[in-house]
Amino acid sequence: MNGMQVQSKHGAGLAAYAVLYVAFLYAPVLLLPLFSFNDSVFIAFPLVGFTTKWYAAMAQDEEMRAALLNTMKVGVAVSLAATILGLLAAKILARGLPGRRLFLGAANLPLFIPDIVLGIALLILVTRLNIPLSLNSVILGHIVICLPFAIAVLISRFDGFDASLEEASRDLGETAWMTFWRVTFPLVLPGIVASLLLSFIVSFDDFLIAFFLCGTDTTLPVYIWGELRFPYKLPNVLALGATILAASAVLIAFAEWIRRLGTNGAKEIGF
Amino acid sequence: MTESANFICIDGLSKRFGATRAVDRVTLDISQGEFFSLLGPSGCGKTTLLRMIGGFTFPDTGTIAIDGEDVTATPPNKRPTNMVFQSYAIFPHLNVRDNIAYGLKPEGLTRAERDKRVAQALDLIALKGYGERRPDQLSGGERQRVALARALVKRPKVLLLDEPLGALDKRLREAMQIELRQLQREVGITFLFVTHDQDEALAMSDRVAVMDQGRVLQVADPKTLYESPNSRAVADFIGTMNFFEARLIGIAGGKILLEAEALGRLEVSPPHHTVYTPGMPLVAAIRPEKLLLSREPPSGSWLNGRVISAAYFGERSHFQVTIQGRASPVVVAAQINAAIGDSVYLSWLPDSFLLLPA
Amino acid sequence: MRDRFGAYLLISPAMVVLAFTLAAPLALLVAYSFWSQQGLSVDTHPTWSQYAAIATRDVYRVLFLRSIAISSLATLLTILLAFPMAYFVAFRAGKSKFVWLLLLTIPFWTSYLLRVFAWKVILGYNGVINSSLIGLKLISQPLQILLYTPAAVVVTLTHAYAAFAILPIYVSLEKIDRSLLDAAADLGDGPVRRFFRVTLPLSLPGIIAAAVLVFIPATGDYVTPALVGGSDGLMVANIIQVQFGRADNWPLGAALAVGSLVLVAALAFFAVQAARFATARIR
Repeated sequence: MNGMQVQSKHGAGLAAYAVLYVAFLYAPVLLLPLFSFNDSVFIAFPLVGFTTKWYAAMAQDEEMRAALLNTMKVGVAVSLAATILGLLAAKILARGLPGRRLFLGAANLPLFIPDIVLGIALLILVTRLNIPLSLNSVILGHIVICLPFAIAVLISRFDGFDASLEEASRDLGETAWMTFWRVTFPLVLPGIVASLLLSFIVSFDDFLIAFFLCGTDTTLPVYIWGELRFPYKLPNVLALGATILAASAVLIAFAEWIRRLGTNGAKEIGF
Repeated sequence: MTESANFICIDGLSKRFGATRAVDRVTLDISQGEFFSLLGPSGCGKTTLLRMIGGFTFPDTGTIAIDGEDVTATPPNKRPTNMVFQSYAIFPHLNVRDNIAYGLKPEGLTRAERDKRVAQALDLIALKGYGERRPDQLSGGERQRVALARALVKRPKVLLLDEPLGALDKRLREAMQIELRQLQREVGITFLFVTHDQDEALAMSDRVAVMDQGRVLQVADPKTLYESPNSRAVADFIGTMNFFEARLIGIAGGKILLEAEALGRLEVSPPHHTVYTPGMPLVAAIRPEKLLLSREPPSGSWLNGRVISAAYFGERSHFQVTIQGRASPVVVAAQINAAIGDSVYLSWLPDSFLLLPA
Repeated sequence: MRDRFGAYLLISPAMVVLAFTLAAPLALLVAYSFWSQQGLSVDTHPTWSQYAAIATRDVYRVLFLRSIAISSLATLLTILLAFPMAYFVAFRAGKSKFVWLLLLTIPFWTSYLLRVFAWKVILGYNGVINSSLIGLKLISQPLQILLYTPAAVVVTLTHAYAAFAILPIYVSLEKIDRSLLDAAADLGDGPVRRFFRVTLPLSLPGIIAAAVLVFIPATGDYVTPALVGGSDGLMVANIIQVQFGRADNWPLGAALAVGSLVLVAALAFFAVQAARFATARIR
């Protein structure tokens, strides 16, 4: 198809490598669910027996439930905020504006700054302003790291957006506001949903920034971090981890599928 | 079709983008029911002009009036115009029916009335039964028709068309040209059509405004434009033209006597009541099909030359012939069979040459 | 003009948020690095003492060197392993590209903490590798060297940052005009020469992007060294965290952070220039 003579020997080698690589990528991660059903406190082979007791114990854990609730609250708030800000920014940036590059560079900066630096910098700011450490400070920190993702997703959505669609709507008699509702919004909706989901996931999974900014309220990753000190609690953590991984995988696949709705999938990269 | 001249009055319209004058003091009058084209190369300002009439760009100076009403500052949704966009701008999230009905919603018609109009529109564009189809299931030509129906269903006073046939292949384009013309006659609406394709403009229009660099060079019906262009720029843009630099050497008996390069002395009839002075530089121009090609020297004035290229176009062939006294070859359209390298003779009937300012 | 103003108005919420959550904190961080800790409070008289301490004391020099060594090695390994994978998806995957890319990116979006924890589980004294090897009777005593070493950090980082490397490399490979490869073949190159003379140089922007995307965050990584590094595998981020924790010396922590950021950025910059220079000479 692409005119290159592929010798089947080399082709098979590379394909085998690809499979091995993906296995390498997933193996550690898949161990978590595996051992979460194992009837033993030790994470070791051989497997002892099948049990769901760790899941039951996890579900009972009050602290874990509280942390989960906190994480959800933060996640929802952050995804809404990042998506709204990103929507406003992407709409304009896709059309080109002087200073666009500068703004995009600034918005994407968090991707290049290690979390530790962001975390302590925010801690310093928040302390200096005498803002108490709480879920609110976590929300603030998470908006910074989620904004690049929101903007990237939404810009790619707007890039494929024919500007004359809005003009056509105006030409046909609609006001600017109704044009937004009848034309712009429905077409950008998949991007909005994807942005919400991705921002939620990034916020949900973040450990380090929450660690610095959460104070006495814990988020789930911070809770897990605390539990890692106790070896006998390890299987509980595994159960929790396995559940989170499963849910994340589903959400991500869903978000990616939604984002591709209507856009030319062949030209896209991973995210 | 009532011929109320000055149905669309454009007066002194100008628009600048940065340092460029996209539209430069354009004044036009268009009659009701006319099929009027704006013709010119890319960047000549025709699309900007169209967009100003539609309300998508606001002019720096000048006024626009439609049917007596000054619309210069009116937003696009309140103007009695509708546009068919170059990209068609069909809403991808709505099916054909909803696309066509889109502009009827702000008008507050009843559901029944809307459905009736949509059905009529689908009939008009010969896409009956396509109502439930989605845009990605339509071909380019079908989408173009949906865009047309969507605009026409609003019964605008003026329909603006921005190079609507540009994306279609040749055969479809020619079919659509005929269809659009028939449609316009049927509906009786004033069509304002933008194109860079002069064949298209000449084939479809009642009148054409030839534009270049923001200015209108000439406004006339197709025949006049072809046969009596008012300047070198227009003559060059419409069809092919052979230009011969010349100098006025005398005026006698209502005719101008020229000394032209390669041609020697030439007599032409002046088209305008312009002041002609001896020694004045002018241009003698002749269409390729008005040059007669023969293998033997004919009677009357002739030129001898050599064929350097031949292109076969079915009904005629286009030849490039080098002649003495002129750097670039002359283009001739003729039906004889001449091969590259042949020696041929060019002649012409009297009054075949046009006189143009230098 | 009206349009322009409206546009800036729409961006301004995002700009305000960014200014507040990004610009201000970073500015303050830099400010702190020039201050000093006096007992329970911070003395705001500007001083170079934090940077002086970092530059002169051995313990910090070792720390920086170790961090950079670990992350450089991890970056190298990550790219070496990722390149064939990206190549496969770009050139061989055909219609299932989307599926492969999805498979490769899903782990990237799952909790980083959990992924590192999984490695802790794998490499541990009673962990997966040891118990498997003992079970298979290959060793009698569990291996101590797997966990709590710099090597463990390198391995874990290589796994954790895989996606950061695959995607940029994939994008630049994907962009290569296939007819260029046909032309090279037509002019006499076999597949291997063609790879080194055409494919590799053209994919360099992607490789450089991947290197930067892995190296910079890896150097500043906290979780991995904390969970699998032990005391031998500690990196800069861990010591920074201590300053904000029990050591309570924020200015020092800030200076460490700014110092490492500058150092890493400078290294990345020079490495990129060097790579560009080297490839420009490929004929």
